[in-house]
Amino acid sequence: MSRFSPQQLAQGVLAGDSRALARLISWVEDEVPLARAALAILYPRTGRAHLVGITGAPGTGKSTLVNEMAKVYRRRNLTVGIVAVDPTSPFSGGAILGDRVRMRELAGDPGIFIRSMATRGSLGGLARATSDVVKVLDAAGYDRILIETVGAGQAEVDIAKTAHTTIVVEAPGFGDDIQAIKAGILEIADVFAVNKADREGADSTVTALEMMLDLNGTEPGQWRPPIVKTVAIRGDGVAELVDRVEEHYEHLRQSGLLARKEAERVRDELVALVQHELTEALLASLRPGELDEWVRRVASREADPYAAAWNLVHRGGR
Amino acid sequence: MPEEKIRILIAKPGLDGHDRGAKVIARALRDAGMEVIYTGLRQTPEMIVEAALQEDVDAIGLSVLSGAHMTLFPRVIQLLKEKGLEDVLVFGGGIIPDQDVPELKRLGVRGIFGPGTSTDVIVEFVREEIRRHRAGEPRQ
Repeated sequence: MSRFSPQQLAQGVLAGDSRALARLISWVEDEVPLARAALAILYPRTGRAHLVGITGAPGTGKSTLVNEMAKVYRRRNLTVGIVAVDPTSPFSGGAILGDRVRMRELAGDPGIFIRSMATRGSLGGLARATSDVVKVLDAAGYDRILIETVGAGQAEVDIAKTAHTTIVVEAPGFGDDIQAIKAGILEIADVFAVNKADREGADSTVTALEMMLDLNGTEPGQWRPPIVKTVAIRGDGVAELVDRVEEHYEHLRQSGLLARKEAERVRDELVALVQHELTEALLASLRPGELDEWVRRVASREADPYAAAWNLVHRGGR
Repeated sequence: MPEEKIRILIAKPGLDGHDRGAKVIARALRDAGMEVIYTGLRQTPEMIVEAALQEDVDAIGLSVLSGAHMTLFPRVIQLLKEKGLEDVLVFGGGIIPDQDVPELKRLGVRGIFGPGTSTDVIVEFVREEIRRHRAGEPRQ
């Protein structure tokens, strides 16, 4: 017995019904098969929102910054969807999603929709369903969608593929110069926010980032990530941060990068979906016990994993 | 693996500033494999119900130590009804005198847990209530 049909939920989302929106997001997160039908209805209505990622180490002030950015956007009469991701416990599968604690000022504003998500085992800083959840919010008509990653270290860079503009949040005292030349999270920044800029060391953090950007070099016409000092808790610098984020989107649009980025994203998404479908189809086609038999052979060193995989793919099910 | 995760909002309505109990419960529910949306101190009933709606939770746990439970609980339940969210399980804890419990239960608070309740009891209560609810009325 279904209480909702995918058509009802999709129509509800398009009509601005928050309850339908919230339930469809749950379907997407839980990978309910019917969610696909609803997403298919909504897909033509996506692609309008500016997707802004906010990432950085735990404790740099991402949630507070998201809260203040949302307030700036609302003053500019833009509606805001927020997706805040926190980690799932690898042991229990549970999670504490606490980002709303810093977003209490946004309560009661119908132009804002906040959804907390757990990573559910995904390691790239987002949940597997995050990009589909963003599509639902996009179709619902939110002008800007702020995607806050888990507290990220150096390698959680999925956000750069999901968002148009990625803000990397740094805070004074979080690392020396050598951190700034390592690969990873700093490379995905379109805009840097040096938050807690009222603290000692903010200027040397800015200097270290400037030096890193100098080493990278910037070709004419290329975007050099601006660095904005903020004190999120007071809202200082946040309007300027939002200005830089908007400029970046404009740059993407005018340079044709937006279309290229979108094509890349769609390609990645399609390849991932094909991989998923093929794997599911293959596993379903195997004889009962066939996979277990190969697991046993590999575990006992009778076969190596490459041969086992080749056999399962090319000889499986016969 | 796809599954229907249990999502729970743990909130502290009203003005008292003690959230240790709420945090202990949040942690116990997390350890039981549930996703707990924790909203922090000094939430109004309006904020709680809005968060419950956006987060599409199965249950709301309210912790009240200020003595204002006879206004806060009924207000949350009334707002849930107004938003069509009457199927969300509401339970509570904190300092709630025994004589108030029957009235709160009559209003629709399904469980009241005083100080000293084992977290296992609360986890089991939540899991069982939600299992029964979903058996009768699945989310999809």
